[in-house]
Amino acid sequence: MIPEFGHYALVLALALGLIQAVVPVVGVRLRDTAMMNLSSSTAMMQFVFVAASFAALTICYVTSDFSVANVYENSHSLMPLVYKYTSVWGNHEGSMLLWVLILALFGAMVALFGNNLPASLKALVLAVQSWIACAFYLFILLTSNPFLRLPQAPAEGRDLNPILQDIGLAIHPPLLYLGYVGFSMAFSFAIAALIEGRIDAAWARWVRPWTLAAWMFLTVGIAMGSYWAYYELGWGGFWFWDPVENASLMPWLAGTALLHSAVVMEKRNALKIWTLLLAILAFSLSLVGTFLVRSGVLTSVHTFAEDPRRGAFILAILVLFVGGGLTLFAWRAPMLKQGGLFAPVSREGALVFNNLFLTTACLTVFVGTLYPLALEAVTGEKISVGAPFFNLTFAPLFIPLLFAMPFGPMLAWKRGDVLGVSQRLMAAFGLALVAIMVTFVVMGLSSPLAPFGIGLALFVVVGVLVDLAERTSLFRSPLATVRMRAAGLPRSTWGTAVAHFGIAVTLLGIVCQTWASERIVALKPTQVVSLADYDLTFDGIVQHSGSNFRELAAKFTVRSGGVSIGTMEPSKRSFASRSMTTTEAALMTRGVSQLYLSLGDTNDDGSIAIRLYYKPMVLLIWLGALVMMFGGALSLSDRRLRVGAPKPAPKVPAVALEAAE
Amino acid sequence: MTRKQRRLILIGSSLGVLAIAAALVLSALRESIVFFNSPTDIVEKKPSAGTRMRIGGLVKPGTLQRGDNLMIRFDVTDGNKDVPVRYQGIVPDLFREGQGVVAEGKLDGGGIFVADTVLAKHDEKYMPREVVDALKKTGHWQEGETTMGKPK
Repeated sequence: MIPEFGHYALVLALALGLIQAVVPVVGVRLRDTAMMNLSSSTAMMQFVFVAASFAALTICYVTSDFSVANVYENSHSLMPLVYKYTSVWGNHEGSMLLWVLILALFGAMVALFGNNLPASLKALVLAVQSWIACAFYLFILLTSNPFLRLPQAPAEGRDLNPILQDIGLAIHPPLLYLGYVGFSMAFSFAIAALIEGRIDAAWARWVRPWTLAAWMFLTVGIAMGSYWAYYELGWGGFWFWDPVENASLMPWLAGTALLHSAVVMEKRNALKIWTLLLAILAFSLSLVGTFLVRSGVLTSVHTFAEDPRRGAFILAILVLFVGGGLTLFAWRAPMLKQGGLFAPVSREGALVFNNLFLTTACLTVFVGTLYPLALEAVTGEKISVGAPFFNLTFAPLFIPLLFAMPFGPMLAWKRGDVLGVSQRLMAAFGLALVAIMVTFVVMGLSSPLAPFGIGLALFVVVGVLVDLAERTSLFRSPLATVRMRAAGLPRSTWGTAVAHFGIAVTLLGIVCQTWASERIVALKPTQVVSLADYDLTFDGIVQHSGSNFRELAAKFTVRSGGVSIGTMEPSKRSFASRSMTTTEAALMTRGVSQLYLSLGDTNDDGSIAIRLYYKPMVLLIWLGALVMMFGGALSLSDRRLRVGAPKPAPKVPAVALEAAE
Repeated sequence: MTRKQRRLILIGSSLGVLAIAAALVLSALRESIVFFNSPTDIVEKKPSAGTRMRIGGLVKPGTLQRGDNLMIRFDVTDGNKDVPVRYQGIVPDLFREGQGVVAEGKLDGGGIFVADTVLAKHDEKYMPREVVDALKKTGHWQEGETTMGKPK
């Protein structure tokens, strides 16, 4: 019963979606308020039905109902309960259901919290949102139905791919989807504005919180995925420039650019058309990402199954929305009113600089990701484009961007004084130079570029602090004044500072990996391996058995300077249900650095191959992303993004009046 | 400054950055892409030693030898031709004889492929797509045998 119920709920959501896709648009044309307002109720009901559908699939997983093909393929009755929940989206069909669930969630949020939007804009936004939703409901129902039954229920499931049986997987996809799908809001707002033919600073103020929220989730989602790959794939890298990773990086770059250009639009009523284009592009890149990952074009751990019909369907959705959006843009954008003027050297100019480099960097990632596919389609030649390509293209474009970052917030709107700002950043320059020299002295000349990376990160950090110090007149005024000024700064200013600081933290972590060290050896029990300041003694092998796997673990005692500081236990798990082995690396955190130990094969002579890394400052990479998210949250809580919300009635004056009488 | 001049500055700098990016992309594509070859390609085309490339096929049963210091040797076959591969390090969990493999590295002077990276499949259904295509070419592919997945 339950799978049929879930299936039926999804069909109902589609029916509601179709109504919501048409009626509000007609309502806007006829200026019929009732028809326009209908979109709010349908948006909320859509969410209720998709949520019911998702809950139904979850129940099938939790109760291990193997009569459902999807559950049989991806679950196992002995799997720990938490993975029964996460395997709902650990497969193609379920993950698409999660995709539409989040889409419906965003629609419902607009319906609930969009009361301060003009009625026609809200109706159009919800209609566009529903077009996207309908396309994906149809995709699920026609090509990827998770509720299909098997004619005969097998006794046992085929288990979730063991590599996905991990808590990182539990968190990574929902966060990533919140980001991907969140950009659909910016898209819907852009299309609605193009249809209405009207766009102003208020539009940017409505779009920004949604984009900011999506960006925050995407930032953490990418970071989570990176950390998961780091400890789960067993070879200690945090970013592989894998097409699937690039698929999430591209919307992030476009979304970051959109956040910045929307500021210009909101504050200065300029860059309108460009902001619209970015809003369309950010979501288009999310769709490209979905296509790359879900269509089977790429070979990837994320590619759960191959079915040419699915690829063709998503490609059709992609062409429809990207092509349609860009066509509408080309047709309507020239009719929009031109924005304000500004000098090239100004806050606006700095934000344009930011946009220029972010979008160009995004373009190089796009080329690097799609060139192999295009080349193979045209010539049949197979190539792979890996890290060296991106190091040569992406990195040179990001360096000027990071260097310019402290300047931006310090330049004045309209007309800035770049010399004055440089003078105020002298302290940051000086400290960065000292850091570069100190790094050269301490670490030597082995990697001549890395010290400059350290210098750049420090320049950004100190630049951010100088900016904050200036705004609060630190060192120039009494502490009480400073505190008052700090409290008076808009939250968005703090948000910018914190997010920029986060970027620098991540950069520092990445640059420090230059000095990561590695040893690959075969060890026998009681033998010792040393790396950095650590000595690891191999104590022997133990066996464990988990609920659905058997584990072979190697015990190591870690000593630093002769003092024991703990044990590490990397292991190999074999999953009988899929006759598959996974490597579970052991991590030991020392401050923000980590020791990373993973196992290779056992040899006939009783020795075991190990891979040992010392990763200095590695945690900064992901902590920086968390800091960025926190900055986004601060900015999101800014007062101006809430203005227009219903204000409580002014009670105090009434009381005062009474008292006066 | 007039609106026109400002627009020119904007467009000029955009084109400048794009030109730099295009130059970077083109030079990087020339230097850093890696071509995929089947064993047949390598035996027949004899690519010059020292060029980075990928090779893919099956680990030929009976050819896997383990040496000291984590050195391993095996032959990669597409059913038509074999190429010997040498690799030092830890191979992936699912690296086995008879299974699909993709290795990246260079040919040495003696026709041995010296790999610095070995990729194998991620689950029991997985076969690198390049390997599938290489096997299809030589007719050693049974339909329905495996599906795709991701190396590493």
